[in-house]
Amino acid sequence: MTTTRPLDGVNVLDFCWVAVGPMTTKYLGEHGATVVRVESAKRPGTLRSAAPFPGGVAGINRSAYFASYNANKMGITVDMRHPRARDLMLRLAGWAHIVTENFTPGTMESWGLGFKELSTVNPALVMFSASMMGRGGPMERQPGFGPVLSSLVGLTNITGWPDRTPVNPYGAYTDFIVPRFAVAAILAALDHSRRTGEGRHLDLSQLETSMHFLAPFLLDYTANGREQQRQGNRDPGSAPHGVYPCSGEDRWLALACQTQEQWRALLEVAEPEGGPLHSDPFVTLLERKANEDELDRLVSDWTSRHEQRSLMHQLQEAGVPAGMVNDPRDLFEDPQLQHREHFEWLDHPEIGPYATDRSEFTLSLTPGFLDMPAPLLGQHNEHFLREVVGLTDDEYQSLESDGVLE
Amino acid sequence: MTMPESSTKLLLSPYRVLDLTDERGLLCGKILGDLGADVLQVEPPGGSSARRVGPFYGDDPAPGKSLYWWSYSGNKRGITLDIGQTDGRVLLERLASEVDFLIESFDPGYLDSIGLGYSRLLELNPRLVMVSITAFGQDGPYAGYPASDITGMALGGFMHLTGDPDRAPLRPSFPHFYLHGSAAAATGAMLAHTHRALTGEGQHVDVSCQQAVARTLAHAPQIWDIEGAVLQRMGVYRQTSGENRVRINWPCADGYVNYMLQGGGVAPSTRALFQWMEEDGFDVTELQAFEWETMGYGRITPNVMDTVVGPMADFFLRHTREELTRESVSRRILLFPVATPSDLRQHPQLEARGYFTPVEHPELGTTVDYPGAFIKGGDGSVLAALRRRAPLVGEHNLEVYGDELGLPAEEIESLRRAGVI
Repeated sequence: MTTTRPLDGVNVLDFCWVAVGPMTTKYLGEHGATVVRVESAKRPGTLRSAAPFPGGVAGINRSAYFASYNANKMGITVDMRHPRARDLMLRLAGWAHIVTENFTPGTMESWGLGFKELSTVNPALVMFSASMMGRGGPMERQPGFGPVLSSLVGLTNITGWPDRTPVNPYGAYTDFIVPRFAVAAILAALDHSRRTGEGRHLDLSQLETSMHFLAPFLLDYTANGREQQRQGNRDPGSAPHGVYPCSGEDRWLALACQTQEQWRALLEVAEPEGGPLHSDPFVTLLERKANEDELDRLVSDWTSRHEQRSLMHQLQEAGVPAGMVNDPRDLFEDPQLQHREHFEWLDHPEIGPYATDRSEFTLSLTPGFLDMPAPLLGQHNEHFLREVVGLTDDEYQSLESDGVLE
Repeated sequence: MTMPESSTKLLLSPYRVLDLTDERGLLCGKILGDLGADVLQVEPPGGSSARRVGPFYGDDPAPGKSLYWWSYSGNKRGITLDIGQTDGRVLLERLASEVDFLIESFDPGYLDSIGLGYSRLLELNPRLVMVSITAFGQDGPYAGYPASDITGMALGGFMHLTGDPDRAPLRPSFPHFYLHGSAAAATGAMLAHTHRALTGEGQHVDVSCQQAVARTLAHAPQIWDIEGAVLQRMGVYRQTSGENRVRINWPCADGYVNYMLQGGGVAPSTRALFQWMEEDGFDVTELQAFEWETMGYGRITPNVMDTVVGPMADFFLRHTREELTRESVSRRILLFPVATPSDLRQHPQLEARGYFTPVEHPELGTTVDYPGAFIKGGDGSVLAALRRRAPLVGEHNLEVYGDELGLPAEEIESLRRAGVI
């Protein structure tokens, strides 16, 4: 395609691994940047060995998890402990506008590739470093992974039922919060670099960034001394407000009456001829809050007699916010996500066609697109180094025969 | 318009943002403001509906005391403007023609209906980056649907995967639906800005919060696409492969901790935990007898798990969060607290990095500690900062309409009397 994209001509040297980093650089690749992932063949990143695999058969190039987060990127394999790796990387730092990494702080420095060294080669360089708790401080090297961060950041504590142990929000939740902040900051630094010629090193603590997703609750503590607790699906200003069972196996509908008008609209749908929901204890919001267990029971009785999708449409048409609980399969059939072309299918040489998600925004003039499946391990060693960076035949051969390239 | 003097060193200091959002979109402008942009928050004359979102300072639901407003309107200056009136629309057009970004979160079609849609704004300011944050995007079959946090988290696919298997799906007890979209909007805005900086061309960024939530699901969509399997929520457990699952969350004496039972590379941590249990008087012979070293990720069977869960649960209940966390560090056990706000306020790493930022609220005679900058310089330098508290209603009307836009005092007074500002 020849369509213009915002990051056409921007080169990204990408050391990121697992999920938070690769989601960050996927935004860049989708919007035109040339992203090359530096991987180790001896110690491939965890996502390469993570399910799902086609036919259930694992393989280093067969993870659709890896493939989803690394679309639109090239891949090279380098032995970073090789004495010549540093020189190669310094040369690539001259090619790059942006270097990204999310190793334990100190790793890049241990290879002689800290920001100081890289910016000596390329003073305009933007370097992005993400880590669990940021650089410096007593816990900079503490190990951890996404599910742990949800707990450290305080999100687990407010997810769950009041009478039970809290539960982690699904997956490595904070890994998917952070990239939106990260890309905004990286592009702000790129803009600054283009205006001033000065590069910048960005230090992102996943803990600190994710805390912005519960800032009001943190202020409630620092200002009021109160610690908010998990409330299941309830909301102090709405009733009914929750997720209610529908007909079928594990089928549910979320609905919320945030105004008296919405409550009356719900009554029209639920009990057009009158019924128990019309009775005394549920007229006002305060009454519904005071009798919320009974309210939820009656609403559940009603919803469980209906199919979730048709009930959602009925309530929505009546002006009541309602949303079926989409499971992963439903997402592919969701008419709105289909309309937005949320999923793109790429054809991968070992996986075959696989689905990956596009950005959650569309740019009217310069839309992003995904058109390249994730790289096989070391797939672009030769193409990238010779044709993109311009190494001579001799230079390339010697890197290969010396074992700098794995 | 002249620029205010603050923020000259931050990354986005040359740029100005007009922020028309309510509680559904405030975070986008906050992110740009943290990075140094001058953000003008536009509110209707009575104040933004976001000011009605709790919790509240001192539990007083007054418009100046919403902690939600404080959190997501910091770093912004505040002006009032009724764009429902002709005079208000004229003023908005003047403002829009002089800013770099305009962010809005109205229902799709609203701005068009009052003559301020993107095509009109583009005529006034061809360089403008306009960002629209809505539940489902500007068009499509659900675009006109009302949405709330919980219905959005459901339709985004998050809730199916979170919660206990024997109860209804869950979301966090704090609204995230619009925050996901608003944070992504900052990324979209900066992409459009990057194009504009090179070409002078503005464009419209159309954000779907539903899609933003659907992008938090890790490999769950791929597991359906490739394996035809639908992942289920597992409560305090996590599904690792097939029937295998490991427990993550545990109650302790005064709260909860996170310990994801694993073998393989994590076997030393698991054995160290059993060692501590033995010192505490537990018989761990059976637990230590398992070959943890060979049980990599996804290899712990339900049988092994069920044997271990009982004693571990009893052990954790004997100790406090603080005891478990402190002792785990010295014993190299990969255990973490399920943190509460007070844990975070005292967190040694956050303390060492100077994360919490005191912000003065002179009108209340108090200073409150806020979550600080989301990004720093690698050398500890300041690249983003919380520089001012959220504005009071119309706090910067005179500054903006008078000093910067150059309206004479009598016009400002007329607009005020007409309820335009």
